[in-house]
Amino acid sequence: MVDMTIPEEQVVTGTIEDAIDKLKQRFPKDVSDDDRQGYSGVIISSDKLQEAARYIKDELGFDYLSNATAVDYLGEGVHSEDHLEMVYHAFRTTGGSALVFKAQTDRTNATLPSVTPVWRGADFQEREAYDLMGIKFEGHPNLQRILLWEGFNGYPLRKDWKEAYYEEDHKPFGSRWPAGHVHRAEEKSVFGKNVNYPADIDLSRLNDVSESTMYKAFGMGVDTEHVVDHNGVQTDQLIVNMGPHHPSTHGVFRMIMEIDGETVTKLEPVMGYLHRNHEKIGERNTFLHNIPFTDRLDYISSMGNNHGYVMAVEQLLALGAKYNPPTYRAEVIRVLMVELTRIVNHLWAIGFWLNDLGAFFTPVLYFVQERERILDFFEATAGSRMMCNYMRFGGVFADIPERIHSVSNLINDRVRDFDTMKFLTEMINERIPRSIDEVDEYLTQNDIVQARGMGVGYLSRENAIDYSAAGPVLRGSGVAYDVRKSDPYSIYPELDFDMVVETEGDMYARYLVRLGEMRESLRILKQLLPRLEYTHGESVTENNSAYSSKVPIGEAYGRVENGKGELGFYVVSAGDKRAAANPWRYHVRAPSFINLTPLGLMSTGGKVADVVAILGSIDIVLGETDR
Amino acid sequence: MELNLQELNKTEYPIPVELQSNVAITSLSSVYNWGRRNSMWPMLFGLACCAIEMIATATSRFDFSRFGMEVMRATPRQSDLMIVSGTVTKKMVVPIVRLYNQMPEPKYVLAMGACASGGGPFKEGYNVVSGIDKYLPVDVYVPGCPPTPQALLYGLIALQKKIDGQSLSVADDVPWYGVGPSEPAPVPILGPDIIDPRQMDMIRRQAEAAANVKTEEPVYHLNAVRELPALDAEQAVAVAARPKASTAVDESIEMKSFSQAGMSADAIEALRVKRRENALQRKAARLAKEG
Repeated sequence: MVDMTIPEEQVVTGTIEDAIDKLKQRFPKDVSDDDRQGYSGVIISSDKLQEAARYIKDELGFDYLSNATAVDYLGEGVHSEDHLEMVYHAFRTTGGSALVFKAQTDRTNATLPSVTPVWRGADFQEREAYDLMGIKFEGHPNLQRILLWEGFNGYPLRKDWKEAYYEEDHKPFGSRWPAGHVHRAEEKSVFGKNVNYPADIDLSRLNDVSESTMYKAFGMGVDTEHVVDHNGVQTDQLIVNMGPHHPSTHGVFRMIMEIDGETVTKLEPVMGYLHRNHEKIGERNTFLHNIPFTDRLDYISSMGNNHGYVMAVEQLLALGAKYNPPTYRAEVIRVLMVELTRIVNHLWAIGFWLNDLGAFFTPVLYFVQERERILDFFEATAGSRMMCNYMRFGGVFADIPERIHSVSNLINDRVRDFDTMKFLTEMINERIPRSIDEVDEYLTQNDIVQARGMGVGYLSRENAIDYSAAGPVLRGSGVAYDVRKSDPYSIYPELDFDMVVETEGDMYARYLVRLGEMRESLRILKQLLPRLEYTHGESVTENNSAYSSKVPIGEAYGRVENGKGELGFYVVSAGDKRAAANPWRYHVRAPSFINLTPLGLMSTGGKVADVVAILGSIDIVLGETDR
Repeated sequence: MELNLQELNKTEYPIPVELQSNVAITSLSSVYNWGRRNSMWPMLFGLACCAIEMIATATSRFDFSRFGMEVMRATPRQSDLMIVSGTVTKKMVVPIVRLYNQMPEPKYVLAMGACASGGGPFKEGYNVVSGIDKYLPVDVYVPGCPPTPQALLYGLIALQKKIDGQSLSVADDVPWYGVGPSEPAPVPILGPDIIDPRQMDMIRRQAEAAANVKTEEPVYHLNAVRELPALDAEQAVAVAARPKASTAVDESIEMKSFSQAGMSADAIEALRVKRRENALQRKAARLAKEG
């Protein structure tokens, strides 16, 4: 084991209350408690925000900015004035819970200082808040739209911005079947499409200007005069676009690269090609409605997404009087599902990373076999292969079945009828370990994997923390930070497993982390099997019925360690004085999105072919990146 | 439709006995369609969740190479089939239409899943196109969220059946054998919202109407409500007695479909005549074939 001790003087410990006290002593006039009902943390006045952020990071030791998002409080009963609010969740990489701090600004001239100089990880998150909420961040290096395009009309996440297909504020909509008539949303729009044009639309200047604006903002341009001489070989500088349609970008992702010969000198990710308005739709849905939508975030690991969301809402439910936490068996089943999902995720990630290295689809074919087996179990339990929609507030939707008989998967298969526990035991004790050993045997010492992976896509320990990287990217850079260990939830404290950390910070280290984590997941799964036997017959669903309607007011940040990293859900419930039927704000801290912040840093200086593999080693899913 | 020799030789042309095992006679369309349906190359192009199930369909358990579709090409120039596998956003529909225009004819579009077919769960979203058929002609819709690999296979087989039914002698079936390449699909523009070039005229008139509220000329209207076919008597009376919308609509203005917006009345009439003729031709051809 490599020595990974942190120098003593950097370690700051102490409770959150201590930290808040120190912060208030340091800024007595500018920091006040957030005393709204169900809220926590402090409110910092905007002109001292950057200074306070630096103090929080340097003196109080909250070096990891997990989440930064905006909330629009417009015409909302609990809070007297209409305002926009930025919410920050900072953590210590040594573990512990969050220091929540907020800054407020008015809605007309929404301006706040940027915290990007303090935490680089705020870069994309502030751009997102600018794009969707219209908050301008002073001092941000590159403030432009990130998910929508330059020139889009308005800031869609503001409460007074209505879509073309807008019906009502709350679901279920009463207008869908008035007097027995079918309304299709298309028929309400004169254009028959999901569009809404401003009255002052200028059709005379309709060439697509967003592209050139974007290049300019990135500081890129084709400089034909610029010729670099490399020992007699003269090379031009040029711009190469990869994506949004490209087989190696793992979906509709786009990278703009400035290259000199074969070397990347600058890289900017461009996203939003799968921005499907998860958060706006989530604010109209009831709390329960959102569970199937979370499936579609990181669509490789839907169970993990469910878990993060129900944990956030359960935090809110715990504020109310009547709340029973999930039963022990429900927690065991949740962890079982989540760990199986993690294996699926890592198999998929390694398989497609090898695709990017040139092993075109051969390893994937083997990995998908194991995945199909796990999906069969999901299908038998939840009814669907991928979009499981399985977890509920206070439990799960149904217990695991006695037998698995899959009728829909008859192609190439015998009729399946297995005892579930036997199926699980065989899978966990034999099949998956064998498969992981195969991966290890064929790939870990493979010359090509080592030559392409070692030393490429380097991210230092300091940068990994500063850029808010999460999951295998963070642990591959030598940061021992895993939400399951650092801020434990569910039944993880009683399970025996290790955090997998590699110090090299390159692609190969991330591969090793994923491989190790699959083994650790198997260790957890083996401990779950006797627990499943032991709790057999215990109810898993009894607590859920009462929670589908109203949720006490307040805010909550639920986070889990998903396959791709820390997945967080920031949920604000603010309706009438006691409870709300749907979230006022519903924000997803997407690891795939924030892990892309250091992509430019990792790729600069590498070759074009490496960029593809570096992106693969980060392991993104576009449903989560763009939401 | 399999090409077996006995079936091929069942024609009205007498084939000499000594040639019967060497020569086969069939219609050109059959051979042509047989080749086309069994070498359908999809574009390697994933949009969202459905793309994962598309990959699962390509792997060994489901294995769509059994139908001649294993060669997924990453470039549209070598593809016959675009599987629109996932939510189409306004930002993404621009590249999708461009990719479609780059595909050589004959080309087909399969809308995989609820989102590509009609917007799906994300339909109300401000950045979501409610169905790729708003911009491109779709041949097969596969429902599901996401469709299982079996459902996708079923959709692909449905497409093969559609190809089997096409005839070289009918210009509407195979327009690429007409006078020249067909018109490219108009590429949408990202303005304040997505702009379909075919609707430019409508957008202009809407903007004018909005700027000058007292405009005399009515703008476009649509029948906002489709009646459900099954209403009991009481409901039917209630529906009939329902007050009309307060804004009076000029009934004299003819309804135009979106694809025809901006075309002159003569051109629309000509199009209708042509379609009617084509339909009659097809009918005649079918009758002749059936004898």
